[in-house]
Amino acid sequence: MIQEVLRSLFKKPVTNLYPAQKLEMADNYRGKLVFHASKCIGCRLCMKDCPTGAITINKVGEKQFEAEIDLGKCIYCAQCVDSCLKKALETTKNVELAQLDKNKLKVVFNAATEGQAEKQA
Amino acid sequence: MHNSDKFNIPLGPQHPALKEPEGFSVALKGEKIMGMDIRLGYNHRGIEKACEERTYIQDLYLIERVCGICSHSHSTCFVQAVEEIAGVQVPKRALYIRTLIAELERVHSHLLWLGVAGHEIGFDTLLMYTWRDREIVMDILALLTGNRVNYGINTIGGVRRDISPKQIEEVYKGIKTLEERTRYYIEVATQETTIIKRLSGVGVLSREDALRLDAVGPTARASGVNRDVRRDDPYAAYAEIKFNVITDDHNDVYGRTVVRVKELMESYAIVKQCLKDLPEGPITVKVPRKIPAGEATSRYEAPRGEDLHYVKSNGTEKPERVKVRAPTLANIQAVKHMLKDRYLADMPIVIAAIDPCFSCTDRLVYLSHCEPPKGVKQSQKRDCFASLAMTSRFKNAKVMSWEALRTYSIEWHRVHGIDFSELNNTFRKRLEKR
Repeated sequence: MIQEVLRSLFKKPVTNLYPAQKLEMADNYRGKLVFHASKCIGCRLCMKDCPTGAITINKVGEKQFEAEIDLGKCIYCAQCVDSCLKKALETTKNVELAQLDKNKLKVVFNAATEGQAEKQA
Repeated sequence: MHNSDKFNIPLGPQHPALKEPEGFSVALKGEKIMGMDIRLGYNHRGIEKACEERTYIQDLYLIERVCGICSHSHSTCFVQAVEEIAGVQVPKRALYIRTLIAELERVHSHLLWLGVAGHEIGFDTLLMYTWRDREIVMDILALLTGNRVNYGINTIGGVRRDISPKQIEEVYKGIKTLEERTRYYIEVATQETTIIKRLSGVGVLSREDALRLDAVGPTARASGVNRDVRRDDPYAAYAEIKFNVITDDHNDVYGRTVVRVKELMESYAIVKQCLKDLPEGPITVKVPRKIPAGEATSRYEAPRGEDLHYVKSNGTEKPERVKVRAPTLANIQAVKHMLKDRYLADMPIVIAAIDPCFSCTDRLVYLSHCEPPKGVKQSQKRDCFASLAMTSRFKNAKVMSWEALRTYSIEWHRVHGIDFSELNNTFRKRLEKR
């Protein structure tokens, strides 16, 4: 094994210098969820299937819904994405979700944030 | 310390040599281990009970979190049982994908074990190298399933994600590098004097003992027991795949190392067969949310050995009973035997050699040889549960209803200075709010 060890001495490190150097996640990575308010029909199947109760769909107006996602509770299984009949939920590659303030982990998606969500996705 | 006397030392539940909390009480005579008591239960999380309160779909993700290393094993085992009750015919492509993920998981688990074993014998170079190479398979898993650890690929009636030709290419590429590296590890494991000298003759478990103590997985196979659920009771696509069951007759930790590194090569072969023969077609069938009443037991060869799940349904959306028997529970009694008359310094590596996962293991276990306490009817017998090591306390055990147990627990903590009443009120208010 000694040859292998000596050879490794002259190789560049395998690790990345995070946060300067970031790894690209796979396209279908299960990261932060985004919600498209315009597609939601308010069936609440996602709420029913969520294993941790991280997602709440509230009715804000006639045929208008907003989603409150608790990223602290979310286990990123993406079952809600599968359950959604209208594809109103989507996963993103965003995995850097750490917050110092617990309240910031609660994210609300509604018609007003719709444009932003599209940009993020 | 007297030389002639036995000396008991507690190892754990919190100990630098253990990665998870588990209690060992070792009776020593000098440096020699005369006997050992294992006290399980420090990692009990109540997963089985929690499963009863969630729907089958939610349980998938809960069951997956029984173990962080063999998450796919537990979820497949559970899903197979549910599918058997529901009488679902899973599409072939889904079965192949399950097999593929299962073998990739075995690769990452065995590489992880090899590193941990190296670490336990002070050979940290091996740890660094194997864990570096393990990243390749972790990346493949993330690519295929969307996560590195809890893959979430299974769903009742199939799998959740299909595999594209581009991904297949990536997997081939990764496997090629891994094969090359594994050939090197086989060389290291069979020729490196450090490993051979440190591991030979350590933690000996004869074939007879392995059979008597019901060892499973690589622990049993390293003692010459030719036993593998993949071949003996084929599930998923294993019936159509050719592979060898690796056995070894060294009977010691060295044998377990050899079995695991050679199994890696078999896993690569299975992965390649899966990719080559991947049938076309749908990946999932629709299964109603309500599963008809019935019960099923499912077996699965996890990287650590045979995993067993029992599911009982009552026709609703939620299971009535879920029982998990993780491979470590089958192997833990063998450890006690392996360490007898050995030196204390061998303890970390012998425990590590079964690749223990204590949080998987911590379930409530009913000891059938135990007499139930007086006044307990035969019909109630199955309700008397005792943790493995609580045998001596069992004589004074009482049968309590769920509510009585809760009241008792709150009262016990209050006497010991922890008052839950305020917390209870907060929770109650929060529940009412919902």
